[in-house]
Amino acid sequence: MIEVRRLVKRFGLKTVLRGVDFHVEQGEFVALLGPNGAGKTTFLRILASLARPTLGEVRINGYLLPQQAAAVRQRLGVVSHLPLLYGDLTAEENLRFYGRLYGLDGLDGRVSELLARVGLAERRRDLVRTFSRGMQQRLAIGRALIHQPDVLLLDEPHTGLDQDACEMLDTILRDVAAQGQTVVMTSHDLARAEDLATRFDVLSRGVIVASAAAQALPPEGLLSFYRQALRAPAQKGAA
Amino acid sequence: MKPFLRTMGAIVWKDLAAEWRSREMISGMLVFALLVVFIFNFALELSPATRSSVTAGVLWVTFAFAGTLGLNRSMAAEKDRGCLDGLLLAPVDRTALYFGKMLSNLVFMLAVAVIVMPVYSVLYTVNLMQPGLWAVVALGSLGYVSVGTLLASMAVQARTRDILLPILLFPVLIPLLVAAVKASSGFLQAIPMEEIWPWLNLMIVYDVVFISTAFMVFEAVVEE
Amino acid sequence: MDAKPKLLSVLDVVTGVLMAAATLAVFFYAPTERVMGAVQKVFYFHVAAGWVGMLGFLAALAAGVAYLRTHDAKWDIIGLAGVEIGMAFMLINIVTGSIWARPIWGAWWTWDPRLTTATIMELAYAAYLMLRQGIEEPDRRARFGAVYAIVAFISVPMTFLSIRIFRTIHPVVIGNGGDVPGAEGGFSMTPKMTQVFMFSLITWSVLFVDIFWHRIRLGKLANRVEQLKLKLGGRTA
Repeated sequence: MIEVRRLVKRFGLKTVLRGVDFHVEQGEFVALLGPNGAGKTTFLRILASLARPTLGEVRINGYLLPQQAAAVRQRLGVVSHLPLLYGDLTAEENLRFYGRLYGLDGLDGRVSELLARVGLAERRRDLVRTFSRGMQQRLAIGRALIHQPDVLLLDEPHTGLDQDACEMLDTILRDVAAQGQTVVMTSHDLARAEDLATRFDVLSRGVIVASAAAQALPPEGLLSFYRQALRAPAQKGAA
Repeated sequence: MKPFLRTMGAIVWKDLAAEWRSREMISGMLVFALLVVFIFNFALELSPATRSSVTAGVLWVTFAFAGTLGLNRSMAAEKDRGCLDGLLLAPVDRTALYFGKMLSNLVFMLAVAVIVMPVYSVLYTVNLMQPGLWAVVALGSLGYVSVGTLLASMAVQARTRDILLPILLFPVLIPLLVAAVKASSGFLQAIPMEEIWPWLNLMIVYDVVFISTAFMVFEAVVEE
Repeated sequence: MDAKPKLLSVLDVVTGVLMAAATLAVFFYAPTERVMGAVQKVFYFHVAAGWVGMLGFLAALAAGVAYLRTHDAKWDIIGLAGVEIGMAFMLINIVTGSIWARPIWGAWWTWDPRLTTATIMELAYAAYLMLRQGIEEPDRRARFGAVYAIVAFISVPMTFLSIRIFRTIHPVVIGNGGDVPGAEGGFSMTPKMTQVFMFSLITWSVLFVDIFWHRIRLGKLANRVEQLKLKLGGRTA
């Protein structure tokens, strides 16, 4: 569960997030959409405990960030557009290393299970630097799931993947969502987001300008909802 | 204390395993170090007469240069695929990350010294295999990596990262290098211990001061 | 904040008067040293500049610690101000040191522990400025600046110590032989010399406060300009 109230983030004098309110229930799959520079990555980094909020309140599973960051980190998995993997370690060793950072013991079973789940069981002993972008991204998801987090954050997971790799990634994400994990994903790819998510939030110029559940989308689909959401604040400004 | 050591251990194991695979860092540092020794040979005409007095200086300049190569590489590995974020996402003590990285950097420094010093001994028929000298190498390397790991973690996060590390590192290293050179040449020239002790003491103080400083400020270097 | 504080204007005048008085005192009140002659007069400002330089670096250290504790951007402005002023005055210290060294020791440069340490400090704080230049993001720049200001300052006493032990073991070749620490062209001060010396120390300390204040104000104004630029940019976009 994620609760964000009036979140403001400034970098020096520049304000990137200007009062974001955001609420996600356990088991929801939220797609966070928005143009470049809207503050999506910054927002996700704050949820991930990697950046500090300037003002406002951020709670994940009831724990406050950044004060209770350690408790949050224990229950949180993150997939960024970088794989966060070591090229000179094998797939298996990468998972084992991160597992140890999360204080897990007896990792053999867990590692095999995850590698099978992301379809890399065959390549378990190969170095990650020999992996294609798609395989690295799948392993990155395995890495994020190693400690069975309640909340999974994904920042543009489809970036740089070809059609097949995207399909494979989507299968894994559906599988994750089916297990009742809360997922927040930023994306540029509206078609894929529409396929996966149960709710859509649009972030523009540092605020959430629109939010709709999958059932409440207009009949024309996500694209028209998204366009309308982006137009709305501009009209307000002109008036 | 246990999770702290566990995290440290995981980092060191990971660095050593990765290095064992690629051998890029140690081989790079090593080839570079030997090249520096050879350049000094011709630049200073290391004849038997001058050798004993300049050996210590040549060795420490070599280690200091080769060390920046290793430090840059070691921290760049954390930055390039976003691994630093991966480490920070884990519920671990940030200071344990520092000590883990410092320890593996120390292993790499000492590995280079373990190979360069016998080679130097053979090339110039000086005996570098003295316990006192090795104590100096250990103290010097420890101080070097304690500051070096801290500053390299900053340098890799800057735009000008490759040229930045030596510029940040060397002004701060001067007392350590002066002490290491004088103590080493003290052992090589068999100077009485009471004249070497001030240098060893200075190195011990340096190590303690900078390890504690890094312990206190490292979190500010990695946490946003 | 926009208007210049009255107290600062008063301080400007006081500083000017004190500086003039100190200069007059150095040339007309302080007696000429018997052995070294007129060049010894550089001593009064040489030491005072070094003192102010150290004050600047010390301020940067304190501001660094304060920034890491509070993450308040004002400490970053203060830290940068401290380093810049420290570097300017340390440079005056080094140059006047050279001017003094030339006729006394017959060389522009000597590896005297203090002079060498001062120069290494200049290099360390030049590195500080380069570090800041290499980072775009203001919070990170402030954090790294604070850390490096702390690390650089801590190394200073050890650098000084290492050079000093270095020199006691190896006798000095240049100049007047035996290097007893503190005997750089040693002379004993007459009471009048001491008075002038203390007076210039105080004067330069006031000068430091004055310039420091101006520099911090400049930093804050620069921030304000940036803020206004951002606002304007936001409106036209």
